[in-house]
Amino acid sequence: MSDIAERVKKIVVEHLGVEAAQVKDEAKFIDDLGADSLDTVELVMAFEEEFGIEIPDDAAEKIQTVGDAIGFIKSNAKS
Amino acid sequence: MFDLSGKAALVTGASGGIGGAIARGLHTQGAAVTLSGTRVEALDALKAALGERTHVVAARMDDAADIDRLAKEAEAAMGKLDILVNNAGITRDNISMRMKDEEWDKVLQVNLSGTFRLTRAAMRGMMRRRFGRVITITSIVGVTGNPGQANYAAAKAGLIGMSKSLAQELASRGITVNCVAPGFIATPMTDVLSEDQKKVILARVPADRLGMPEEIAAGVVYLASSEAAYVTGQTLHINGGMAMI
Repeated sequence: MSDIAERVKKIVVEHLGVEAAQVKDEAKFIDDLGADSLDTVELVMAFEEEFGIEIPDDAAEKIQTVGDAIGFIKSNAKS
Repeated sequence: MFDLSGKAALVTGASGGIGGAIARGLHTQGAAVTLSGTRVEALDALKAALGERTHVVAARMDDAADIDRLAKEAEAAMGKLDILVNNAGITRDNISMRMKDEEWDKVLQVNLSGTFRLTRAAMRGMMRRRFGRVITITSIVGVTGNPGQANYAAAKAGLIGMSKSLAQELASRGITVNCVAPGFIATPMTDVLSEDQKKVILARVPADRLGMPEEIAAGVVYLASSEAAYVTGQTLHINGGMAMI
């Protein structure tokens, strides 16, 4: 399961164009990684695609940090 | 210029005069086209006339589930959706003093809410592919108003405000959002007017004739093209000079 964290971080690095070292579990997408609100929507779409899951809007709103994303995916991912 | 080869378009209200011309215009420029509407026979006839690269997905714009299904099926039929033409619309004319809640609600539901829902459903794929064209057919009366059409004018004005907001949200993703606002166009809807009624209307049109559906289609083709990538949040008025805004 640990590779889920790696895959999430890879997507964040690619999508937001940030350094891998910045993508810590506690990093907030908007405040710390420079994402805008549309970026967060696109990240959710990318996570859905990568992990074959659906992230409902109310869950997506709660995903504010890299750790939030990893946590949600770990408890919902099939692959 | 204005080559749409390899692009995939969805046109709502394609069984109508303007919608049919728009579908033809996009198809002529090389796009694959999905025709939507409620009158399946008319859609099938248009599909037969256009030939290859054409699909039909009937849907009701007052039904949220149907709208989501339309977006999905159009994308599935063409493999993607690059160009969305929101053309479907209805009228329930009445002077405001006599306008029933149902007449107001129905027009807002189909023309404004339905259009928003379909556009939202289409956005996801456009964002992912970093390309999209949303072109919404509004009306001159959305800007000038028209007695007897408070509901229709409100919905059409709403579409302009909606499009300007979406244009700002989506511009950084290569998606443009624009409106085309026809004036009086020769369609089955205007064919029923008497000669006297037409005379009164034409007195307000400097070009002194009704517009042709193909003249609306030409504006849509332009806005759909890659050449129009820098045009967003705009309303293109095609009205023979009837209103200069």
